[in-house]
Amino acid sequence: MPQILVEGLAKTYRVAERDPGTWGAVRGLVRRRWRTIEALKGVDFSLEAGELLGFIGPNGAGKSTTIKILSGILQPSEGRCEVGGLTPWRDRIRHVARIGVVFGQRTQLWWDLPVIEGFDLLRDIYSVPPDRYRRTRDELVGLMRLEKLLDQPVRQLSLGQRMRCEIAAAMLHEPSILFLDEPTIGLDAPSKLAVRDFVRVLNKERGVTVILTTHDMHDIEALAERVIVIGNGTILADSPFETLRQGVLAERRMFIDFEADAPDLAGLDLAGVTVHGRDGRALELAFDPRVIAAPQLISRITAAHSVADIHVDEPAIEEVIARFYDLHGAGEA
Amino acid sequence: MAANLYPNGALRPYLAVLAGRFQLMLQYRAAALAGFATQCWFGVIRILVFAAFYAGGAAGQPLSLRDAVTYTWLGQAFLAFLPWNADPDVADMVRSGAVAYERLRPVDTYAWWYARALAWSTARVLPRAALMVAFASVLLPLVGLGKWSLPPPPTWSAAGLFAVSALGMILLSAALTVILNVIMTATMSDRGANTLAAPFVNLFSGMIIPLAFFPDALRPFLRAQPIAGLVDIPFTIYFGGLTGADAWRAIALQAVWVVVLVLAGRWWLERALGRLQIQGG
Repeated sequence: MPQILVEGLAKTYRVAERDPGTWGAVRGLVRRRWRTIEALKGVDFSLEAGELLGFIGPNGAGKSTTIKILSGILQPSEGRCEVGGLTPWRDRIRHVARIGVVFGQRTQLWWDLPVIEGFDLLRDIYSVPPDRYRRTRDELVGLMRLEKLLDQPVRQLSLGQRMRCEIAAAMLHEPSILFLDEPTIGLDAPSKLAVRDFVRVLNKERGVTVILTTHDMHDIEALAERVIVIGNGTILADSPFETLRQGVLAERRMFIDFEADAPDLAGLDLAGVTVHGRDGRALELAFDPRVIAAPQLISRITAAHSVADIHVDEPAIEEVIARFYDLHGAGEA
Repeated sequence: MAANLYPNGALRPYLAVLAGRFQLMLQYRAAALAGFATQCWFGVIRILVFAAFYAGGAAGQPLSLRDAVTYTWLGQAFLAFLPWNADPDVADMVRSGAVAYERLRPVDTYAWWYARALAWSTARVLPRAALMVAFASVLLPLVGLGKWSLPPPPTWSAAGLFAVSALGMILLSAALTVILNVIMTATMSDRGANTLAAPFVNLFSGMIIPLAFFPDALRPFLRAQPIAGLVDIPFTIYFGGLTGADAWRAIALQAVWVVVLVLAGRWWLERALGRLQIQGG
């Protein structure tokens, strides 16, 4: 029995619409037109305990809606969803006691209270026994290096400091599942790394199941073994990231520095190769390794021209994802 | 802290938020002093109006001038119990959309908001009421204005009944605050609920003028509606205008309204939060 089971999940809601201009506003008073928005159209997946799942997709794809349904905030219009044997929106209180949730754009700590008092309040809200609370809190404080922040009011913390406190706060009651909705949004590089390390430790060493949504593909690359791509309310892919990359963008990149200005390669037999960029002596080629292998390509070029340096790379992860969205017509509507 | 008395009790989260918010609100000393000064000013104005009114012929008035003065000071002391506004913390959450995250707490949302409302009102009333009693009951007699002061209740039984009725007032105030929270959550704005609440509450509680001054034909209705329990019932009991069985009946009415408003608020809150839409993917 998987820990999280989602079947045929759909969510539609209605928004009032009006025609533009003053006349439209007046007409809207009398007759409302409603537009139905399908945020989710039948989403299925399941997750075993201890997995780390990355949820990606363009803005408005339905990522957050899915997280909100899984965490018990929203009721779906249709479909089944069980988390640890409970239906989140029906058994809300028991369900939320077992999960931890962090929303990158919100704070769940009390703005005016010092961090430590916010933690104490959470201890009472989740009815954590005092000795167990002390142990967990001290571990989390050590892991996230929060010692110096504990006495500061939350409003005085930087975003990065606050996010470390938020994640620690979400773990004080030792939940078995952690939902992270864009936890690295707006963070500087060291804070991002700290957050990723912490999530990795929670997942690998504590066995906490993690569901993560993000727009930062480096989060996905660093953390998630499994990625679900969601677009227009449906799941477009559910696979390890490597599989996704190969399916979408198998091409590699070759960066060549020539001794002289980068030549025109038209005379060479280079099937499956396209010129991707050219700048003075530098040339960037895209090639499909299934058509032409890297050594072959190198030998054909070096035979004809004198070359100073060559290196081969994979396309940036952002490019892979953007290409994937394009292929599925899932760019932001 | 009271919360530690029930380390594993079901009440623990609610006591924690009550204690936490109470402590936080008590820190706002400047707000308490400003409120006290404003309420002294309004108390004096109201008493001057009553004095002029009674000077024009006091015969047949339902309250004596002395009782009207008592009523006025009590009204100023307990002003912050009047549910003029939805809870400002909840208003912030509604505005920012964070209100949905209240559902992530493993608590009954109604009881949670009720505990917050209780802490919010009592923490604001306590310092203001203490200052007001010091001013109106102690200072005024000392400077020779005893006639215009706030006297203690006339009998021990009036004092006891007032204590019970004041508890009803506090519980009623919190129940009404949560209902304003719910209206605000359902309409996604705090403007509507707050604009309507203040004049309505001022009039029907007896804050503007004691309900006894309203026409005879209206009084049975005015005394039976829930908001009378915020001002008119407890204050009339205080100066001995309602005694014995009459007082107990009035207190029972407060209790009935507390139960009705809590049940209605609970039902409505679950409905409003169930229908809530959250924008943004």
